[in-house]
Amino acid sequence: MTTGEHTPGLMSGLLGTARRDLLLVWKRPGDVLNPLFFFAMVGTLFPLAIGPSVEQLEFAGPGVVWVAALLAMLLSLNSLFVGDFEDGSLEQLLLSPQPLVLLALGKTIAHWLTSGLPLVIMSPILAITFRMPADTILILMATLALGTISLSLLGSVGAALTVGLHRGTALLSLLTLPLSMPVLIFGARTVSLAAVGDVYSMGIFALAAYAVGALSLAPFATAAALRISNE
Amino acid sequence: MEKLAMGDYGTYVWSCFVLTFVIVILNEWRARRRHKAQYRDIEVRIKAVEERH
Amino acid sequence: MWTWFHKLASPPHFYNLSRLLIPWLAVPGYLLIAYGAYAGLFLAPPDYQQGDAFRIIYVHVPSAYLSMMAYMIMAVAGGIGLIWRMKLAHAVAASAAPIGASFTFLALATGSIWGRPMWGTWWEWGDPRLMSELILLFLYFGYMALRGAIDDTAKADKASAVLALVGAVNVPIIHFSVEWWSSLHQGPTLVREGGPAMDPGMLYPLLAMIFGFTLVFGAMLLRRIRTEVLHRERRTRWVKELVLAPGGSI
Repeated sequence: MTTGEHTPGLMSGLLGTARRDLLLVWKRPGDVLNPLFFFAMVGTLFPLAIGPSVEQLEFAGPGVVWVAALLAMLLSLNSLFVGDFEDGSLEQLLLSPQPLVLLALGKTIAHWLTSGLPLVIMSPILAITFRMPADTILILMATLALGTISLSLLGSVGAALTVGLHRGTALLSLLTLPLSMPVLIFGARTVSLAAVGDVYSMGIFALAAYAVGALSLAPFATAAALRISNE
Repeated sequence: MEKLAMGDYGTYVWSCFVLTFVIVILNEWRARRRHKAQYRDIEVRIKAVEERH
Repeated sequence: MWTWFHKLASPPHFYNLSRLLIPWLAVPGYLLIAYGAYAGLFLAPPDYQQGDAFRIIYVHVPSAYLSMMAYMIMAVAGGIGLIWRMKLAHAVAASAAPIGASFTFLALATGSIWGRPMWGTWWEWGDPRLMSELILLFLYFGYMALRGAIDDTAKADKASAVLALVGAVNVPIIHFSVEWWSSLHQGPTLVREGGPAMDPGMLYPLLAMIFGFTLVFGAMLLRRIRTEVLHRERRTRWVKELVLAPGGSI
């Protein structure tokens, strides 16, 4: 970029960090695949533990898929800021003239694209094994889409607070799980309601509202947390 | 005695009240002890420094 | 008024003032609790539905209420410390956490014990209030774990303040989601909310317990803040003078 041609706008910081993270993941596809494998494995744990009775699994399906997705998201959140922390790029982000809020948002968007979205796409495969009918699966994907967005945003705060801490991974889960419980409740229960033909719109609205709220508030908390963690 | 028994619920009610009592007293006690310990700790260190002068 | 507030925010002034204040909170508090407990246990008429078991309300409700209040104090104090950089505010937040966690545990324990004769089980997943208290306990654990994981006090203060604020924003959402969740499966609940008005003989002891516990909580909190302040300010001159003063009082 030649100097004097145009000053970088606010969006460039956001898009720049998002692009960078996406490129990094492109080079290491394992970062996307590992949480997906984890998702599949956690999903497998339940039938192993509860038994293969079709009735039970059908009933538990939405909950199991949702819990597996939540845990897979937690797993992927661990690496949101740690890589940058370790190679010094986090410090660069903090020194950037661009508002940290937007940079944090950019990273979170990239995180969702590489962790949340793949889960949404892969969820039908797991759902089918639990005998979920097609229209229910659509609802499942909708709830997971909204829910994982919220989880990425919410989780970024925890990730920022625990980056660089001893045993930060365990702490991240401890901090993020209680806060994720409403998302889990609305996500999984909505799908259950849809599965039996009940009205489920309430849950979708709640998830959407939560996602919007998280989108507007979480980046500020994440930015503040990043500054605090790196003093 | 009947008052204390409270129908069959006596054990439950009394255990709740006793538990509450214990937790409150424990909190008070530990708070006081910590405070005294903290004070003594500081006192010892400061007086030791003073003595050297 | 503003100078008074500024004075209050100064650790030495707070330290001295709180010492005078504590008995004024503790004594009336314990007296109210004594009355409330006695009246609640022996004077209040038995509930027509729950019999004498309802008496657990006299310790359960104050605990639950305090568990919430302590969290809010923790979050607000953290916010004040974060935004206005008041050292004392962070000390308040740090002090409120263990007390809040104790009362949360107490609310859960008394709720569980209450549930045993009422529902036949020690734990009813469907009860929204118990679930909310459980999640609140997890929030407290997270807060204390974060504080414990960060060595530098100032950094720990700020990080936990951010966490407490995020938690505080989520608490109403958690309540709402848990209420909805439990309403999907019509289950029994412990405390009749907005039910038929309580008989005064039942209500007054409850109010006494709530006020009494709040005052006692205030006294406990002040005591812990004093210890916290003493620790944080241990290298300052005012603490040195305090300790060296003849007839030095704790």
